[in-house]
Order: sequence, then structure tokens, then C-alpha cells
Amino acid sequence: MAGKRAAGVMAHTGNDATGAAADLLRVENLNVEFRSPSGGWQTTVQDVSFSLKPGGSMALVGESGSGKTVTSVAVMGLTGATGGRIASGRIVFDGRDLTAGTQKQWRDLRGPGMGMIFQQPIRSLNPAYTVGDQIAESVRKHLGLNRKQARARAVEMLEMVQIPRAAQRVDEYPHAFSGGMCQRVMIAMVMACNPRLLIADEPTTALDVTVQERILELLRDLQEQTGVALLFVSHDLAVVAELCQQVVVMYAGEVAENAPAEKIFFNPRHPYTSGLIGSIPKPGLSTDRRLRAIPGGIPAPGAWPHGCRFSSRCAFAEPGRCDVAHPGLIRMDGAGEHDVRCVRAAELSLDGVTV
Amino acid sequence: MLRYAGRRLLAAIPLLFFVPLLVFALIELAPGDPATILAGDEPTPERIAAIREELDLNDPVLLRYIQWIGGVLHGNLGTSFVSDQSVTDLLTRRMATTMSLVLVAMIFAIVLGTALALAATLRSGGIVDRAVNWFASIAIAIPGFWFGLVLVSVFAVGLQMFPAFGFQPLSAGFWPWLSHLILPGFALGLLPAAEVTLQLRSALGQVMKTDYILNAEAKGLSRTSVVFKHSLKNACIPVITVLGFRVAEVLAGSVTIEMIYNMPGLGRTAVEAVQGRDVPVLLGFVLFSTSIVVLVNLIVDISYGYFNPKVRS
Amino acid sequence: MSAKRTPTSPGPGHDSHGAGTPADGLAGTAAEVPTADIGTGDPEPAAAPGILKSIVRRPTTIAAGAFLLVLTLIAILAPVLAPHDPDVQNLLLRLKPPSAEHWLGTDDYGRDVLSRLIFGARVSLWAALQAAAVALVLGLPFGMIAGYRGGWIDTILTRIMDAIMSAPSLVLAITIVAVLGSGITNAMLAIGLVMAPRFFRVARAGTMDVRHETYIEASIALGCSTLRTTVRHVLPNVLPPIILVISVSLGTAVAAEASLSFLGLGVKAPAASWGSMLSTASSNIRLAPYLVWPPGMMIFLTVLAFTYVGDGVRRALVRTRSGN
Repeated sequence: MAGKRAAGVMAHTGNDATGAAADLLRVENLNVEFRSPSGGWQTTVQDVSFSLKPGGSMALVGESGSGKTVTSVAVMGLTGATGGRIASGRIVFDGRDLTAGTQKQWRDLRGPGMGMIFQQPIRSLNPAYTVGDQIAESVRKHLGLNRKQARARAVEMLEMVQIPRAAQRVDEYPHAFSGGMCQRVMIAMVMACNPRLLIADEPTTALDVTVQERILELLRDLQEQTGVALLFVSHDLAVVAELCQQVVVMYAGEVAENAPAEKIFFNPRHPYTSGLIGSIPKPGLSTDRRLRAIPGGIPAPGAWPHGCRFSSRCAFAEPGRCDVAHPGLIRMDGAGEHDVRCVRAAELSLDGVTV
Repeated sequence: MLRYAGRRLLAAIPLLFFVPLLVFALIELAPGDPATILAGDEPTPERIAAIREELDLNDPVLLRYIQWIGGVLHGNLGTSFVSDQSVTDLLTRRMATTMSLVLVAMIFAIVLGTALALAATLRSGGIVDRAVNWFASIAIAIPGFWFGLVLVSVFAVGLQMFPAFGFQPLSAGFWPWLSHLILPGFALGLLPAAEVTLQLRSALGQVMKTDYILNAEAKGLSRTSVVFKHSLKNACIPVITVLGFRVAEVLAGSVTIEMIYNMPGLGRTAVEAVQGRDVPVLLGFVLFSTSIVVLVNLIVDISYGYFNPKVRS
Repeated sequence: MSAKRTPTSPGPGHDSHGAGTPADGLAGTAAEVPTADIGTGDPEPAAAPGILKSIVRRPTTIAAGAFLLVLTLIAILAPVLAPHDPDVQNLLLRLKPPSAEHWLGTDDYGRDVLSRLIFGARVSLWAALQAAAVALVLGLPFGMIAGYRGGWIDTILTRIMDAIMSAPSLVLAITIVAVLGSGITNAMLAIGLVMAPRFFRVARAGTMDVRHETYIEASIALGCSTLRTTVRHVLPNVLPPIILVISVSLGTAVAAEASLSFLGLGVKAPAASWGSMLSTASSNIRLAPYLVWPPGMMIFLTVLAFTYVGDGVRRALVRTRSGN
């Protein structure tokens, strides 16, 4: 990663951000690489850009293998910890280019600036320490609270995420908590430092259906109360519809479509987006409950096709047009709100959510 | 928790008496007359008779065993053939040396092993990591008593940095005590140090890949906190188990080390007892060694509760 | 809006095709992209070769095996190879440092160290073989009986073996030697007894693995005797891991023999063993420090070689297991 490349650049880039100065997070042309089995570096996320306003909510959507998790981990500055590297691109947080700064500067931002909750809440809590201790260590480090204050803060946070008998449970170990409760603890831990950005990576995927809805409600409430910006990573568009104003659809390591939520849902311009919408289960349609799903699977990094990466699975693919050249992002409207990576975007009329 | 420890202790007690039983059985099963064998290379009829008397060899083996156990329960381990001293007195007098030696060796093993494993983990995949792995897998094959001799010839005889032989009790001062233990402790601790290194390095490697370590990173904790607080405690569990097993071997290794460094410890006592065919002393030594092993494993079991909260509930 | 979509198979998100690629989840990334090479074996080619072939592929294993082979030859040919009689004393040549005549010097009786080292290889290897054989004879049949029969026999045997295992091995061996009398055979009997639980455990586990397989039940149903069934059908499953235990135990036995001989409980003077040579070195450490190196290096290298061969066998076992 960037290492100690000119820390002074940061202050400079912080000021030259024209136009987009109001963005809390701006990801610009991000490329992330991982070691391939054969030894070299292999691009896993390519040329990804998006931005998020303070207090806003954005979803990164795609199947597993689309690169959405890798992107969110990169925003946190944890790419190195997962064995990869940011090859190029910028991640600008609050006007500062984090990729140009040091690891330490990024690390100091984790906690008070941005926090992340993960897909496997039980595995994400350290089994050897009480939940209270794990919440307290963040606030002691980042907010400078003493031991007693930190403990009080931990209890307060557990109450905030609606864990019953918080004052007692604060001294219990993670193994005494259910999956849903662990995710609440995770949320309490992250929110304890009052971050400006909350990244939630499939926070409900590993949980029971009944618990999922409660966690989503909690996230929505928290966002209203604290004004934290939310970057929500999910494969499930139905969940996204409840939470997010902006949706970035990712496919095979790149952005396929980027638009406000209502445009994504009611007027999708990429066949992949339309396919994802078609695969949302619709209650009530008892006669034909089979989902209209997309055949095939995402090509692995290194096996990306030459042309459009979705073309092999696309019902609208035209030989000679879709498989020839790699399509760029096309701006669909004047407001600059709707980008699509599909050469046929203007000609197609695709299914959105049917009411 | 206390009940758990109590149960473990109860389960361990039969072990204490099994190994002496094995010795009794061997005396009985050994081909030829045990008294004649025990009387040494040139037995006199008087000596054979004396041994017969002392060991009650005319009684059935089980009775002898039960009598011995009865004595043990009253703190009486019998009388040495050779010196006519009480075995209990003899062993307690020589215990301090062996305990000091084993303690220094174990501390050395834990400190060096942990330091090397942490250094390797912090520079995972780098040259330090490789060097540590290489060193530990070589060190595991070095016989402790030979290493002890090499240390004597280099540091005590050659460089004259440390006293070559003997032992000073702690009452003689800390440095005299420690200076006599550095070389033998190092020699005895090398093998367990190598084992701790390999075990801990591999356990840390596993732990560093877990989600909770990534979460610790995501919380913006310092590298130190991630490795020392969040990884080490979890990685310790398998290492503690190995250490528990290792104490028995370190205790056994102290026998040769005490011979090399001419230390008046239990190991030396045992070798002298073997040479003098001093069965009561040997039985006492066996009982003592097994008790230490049982005790250490009990401590290991209890420490699981600290390292792994799940055990506690 | 047109409904020009037909396909129907697995839904996105529930799709597993992409799983395991670095872009997929965090667990996937970490597993796919190991940061250290610890614990990762070389990839297995399509056709799984036999265990032996697999062992032979690792250079360290080959080197270790070659070392042990040469050592064995030296031990066998000791009378031919040794430049001097190992036991002939020459008090005029006491404690002489290495020279053209005596490459590794002489000991406190003026005996040639190199010749003693060569004859010592005989004693050490033969002793190690004896100890491993004792352990095998005690551990393997009892382990198979315990695993095959189960019940109270299993409980009692397992308890006894656990007890032997948890006692300090050298202490136990010393005690046994004390009772049986010193000498190399008794010493190796003692070490063999101490090592027997390793064989017992492996044999028991291997037997229990296959005990309830259909072919075993069938063999019993066909009226084959228990002995025949175990030897024909159970033994082949137990043997591969036993080979691993043998190679590890040989290393342990070489070190243990050295310890006991060092303490004067093994070989009887004047016979040379590496352990007794170190004993000589120990008493003359101020006058002749060079005596420490040759026997020590031999013990170290031999133990290391057995360890590496054992490691090669272990890797090969893991590989053939996972290959199936």
C-alpha cells in the first residue's frame, strides 16, 4: 500500500477537492489486487468509483465474487490485513486522501472516523474477552476515556442496541450471546466511538430470518438518531430497498450500475440489475414461487471475458457488440445520477420492481 | 470451577500410585532372585539377607506395596539402603536444586519461545519468520545434555563467564543462585523453547487469520494491541497443553543436566540410587516426579479457564 | 416493460460458483491468499502416487534417508572402516588433539575417537532398533486388541498406557534399569516400554477406524477367526501410521540410549556408544574440550535425520489420505 508516501500531500489534496467537497467518502478508480495461486498479483476489484454524502446511505450490491466486500474492506484500509493490496486509485475520506497517507493515519481513523460490522458476528468477537471489555478498549483508545467511564459507555451502548439487562451482560463472554445478539454487540462496539461512516458487510446474512429484520430496524434507527453515513454491502436487493438511498451494483470486480435507489428499482438500465430484481422472492405469488434467477456464475478474477463481463450470462447479449470490447460506464441522464456499464443500455427496456 | 479442579485432582491421584506399582511389579517379575540382583555385582550372603529384610521380600508383592503406600500417606518413604537416612529427608533436602533448575529452564523456554514466535508472526513470511522456523526445527533435535556440555566448554571453561559446576541456594543471594543456573537452565530449556516456538508460531498463524483479528484491526487498535492482546491469549491454549506435557520431560532431562553441572539435585540422587541399587530412594524419586507432573497438569487444566472462558461455564 | 427473461436456475446470492475466489467474502480471501507459507503443502498432482514415491519427492527427506543409509552401512562395516581398534588403550597417547594419525584425537585412555565413533554407530543404531522393536511388540498387539475388543479390556489397557505416558520417560527408564540391572539390553527394554504407549495409541485408533466397516463384519460373518481377520484386514489400515511412529521412535531411542549410556546405565565399558563417549568428554572437558563435538554431532544429526524422515512420512500420509 501507499506506505509513507509524502504525508504532506494529504493536507493539499484535502483542499483542492472542488465540487465534491461535501462528500464524506469518495472512492476514485480503485484497483485492488490479491496474490494469485501462480504467484503474481491479480486484479480483483477494478476501477471502482462512487461517493457518499455525510449521513447518506449507499448499498454495494452483487453476488458473492463481485468484489463488494473487497471494496468495503479497502475503504477501511484493511486490504493488507486480508492479504491484498491497493494497486491504484484514491480513497478520500472527509477531504483527505487516505491512500496517500500512512498506515497509522488510516488506523487512527478507524473507530472515530469509520467502523465496520461483519457477516459473521459470532466469529468477529474475540472469544477470550468479555463483550464489555471489547467495547471499552475502543473508546479508551479513541475517546480517551478511563476504565470506569469506558465501562459506563459500554453499558450505555449495549442499552442503545437494545440488549436486555445490559449492566449484567456487559461482563459476559461472546459465547453466551446468540448470533443476533453478537451482531448487536458489534454494532454497539462500532457506534461507541461515534463514527461518521458505518460499513455493514452482509450484517444479516448469517442470522435467522426473524432476527434479520430486527437488526435492519436497529441500523435504520441508529442512522436516524446519530446521522452516521451507511455503506451497506449485500447480495439482497430486497434488504437494500429498505435502507439505502443510493445503490451501486457490482459485477466481476467493477461497477455495473450506479443510481439512486428508486431508479435502480423502478428503472434499471443494466440487465444484471434487472436480473437481481427478478430474483427477489415475492410473497403471495403462490402459483409460481420459483425465482427468475440468472443462469451461470460470476467469472473468477483472472478469467474475466474480453468484452462485457456479464455477456456470457446475459439474455440480451448480442454477438459482435457485447463480446468485442470492454464497455465503459455510460452516463444515462443529465443530472449525472445514473451510470450504467452496458452498450445496449439506451435500447433496452428492462423489468424493474412490479407493483 | 473449583469443583472442576477437584475432579481433575481426584482423577490424577491413581496415576501417582500406578508408577510405583510398576516398580514393585518389575522387582517381582525380574528374572532371578530380586535380592541377589539388587545386591549388585558381587553379592555377599549378608547383603542379600539385609536387602531381603529391608524390602520385606518374604512378604507377597501386593502386601509390600500396600505397606509402602501406607508409609507414604504418613509422610514416610522408608530408609535409604546406602546412607541409612530417611528418604523423605534426603529428597526434601535436594528438592530445591531441581526445582530451581526446572523453574529457570521453563521460564527460559516460555520467554524465548514466545519472543521468537511473536517476532516470526510480526514479520510473517519474511526472513525472520524463516530463520525462526529453521532454528526451532533444528533445536528440537539437539540432545539437551550434549548442549549442556557444549555450553560448559564454551562459556564456563573457555570464556569463564559463568561458574561451570555446582549450585548455590537462593538464601546465598539471587545472583549466586542465578549464575549457577543460567547455563544448565539454558541447556535444559532449549528443547521446550523450540517446541513452544513452533507451537505458538503455528497457533498465532491460525489466530491471525480469524475474523476477530480483522475486527480488532477494524477497530483501529494498534498493531501491538492486536498481536499481544487479541492474538496471544487465544494462541496460548494449544501451547499450554504442550508445556504441561513437556514438564515431565524437562524433569527427566534435569537428571543428565545435574550430572554434567555437578548439582546436588534429585536427578543426581536418583543416579546415585541406581548405582547403589537404593530402591527406597528410587521409589521416592519416582513418586516425587510423578507428583510434579500431576500437579503441573492440574495447573494447566485450571489455566484453561483463564485462557478459554468457555471452559469456565 | 418487456418480460424477455426466461432462465430459471439458482438465484444470485445463493450461488456458490463464485465462492472461494478472492473477491468473495473475507474468509475466502484469507484462505485463498496465505500470507505465510507455514502449513501449506505443495499441490497434489492429479494421479496420487504411492506413499513411498511421495516420501521420496522431498529433498530434506531424501537427504535424511541417505544419511541414515550411510550411517547404517558404516555401522555394518565398522570393523573394515575403523582405522584403529576402538578398545585398544595407549596410555602414552592420552587426550591427544586431532592429528593425521588420529583424525578426531584420542580419549583419556588413548583410544582412537574416530574408531570409537564408528563402532558407536553400531551400538546406537542397534540399541535404537531394539527399543523400537520392544515398543512395537508391546504397543501394536495390545493397541489392536483394545481397539478391536473395546469394553473393559480397552479401558484398562488405555489407562495403563496413559499412566506410562504421563510419567517422566527417562525417570521411568532409569528406575527400570535400576531394578533389572544396567546394561544396554535392559536399558533398551526400559526405553521400549516407555515408548510403547505411542504405538498403542496409533494401533488402537487405526483399529477402531475400521472395526465396524462392512468388510470386517463380513469377514467375521464368513467364519474367519479373529486373528485372521485382524491380520488380513485391520493390520493394513494400522501399518502406515505405525511406520511414522517407528521412525519418530527410532530418533527418540537414539537420544534416550545416549542419555542412559551417558549416565553409565547403558553400555558397559569398554564398549563405545555415543552416549558413553560424551560421558568421557564430560569428565575431561577442561583438558580436551574437542571430545564433546564428534559424538554430540552424531547424536544430533541422527535424531534430526529420523525427525525429517518421520516428517516426510507424515506429509506423505496426509497427502495420500486427502488424495482419496
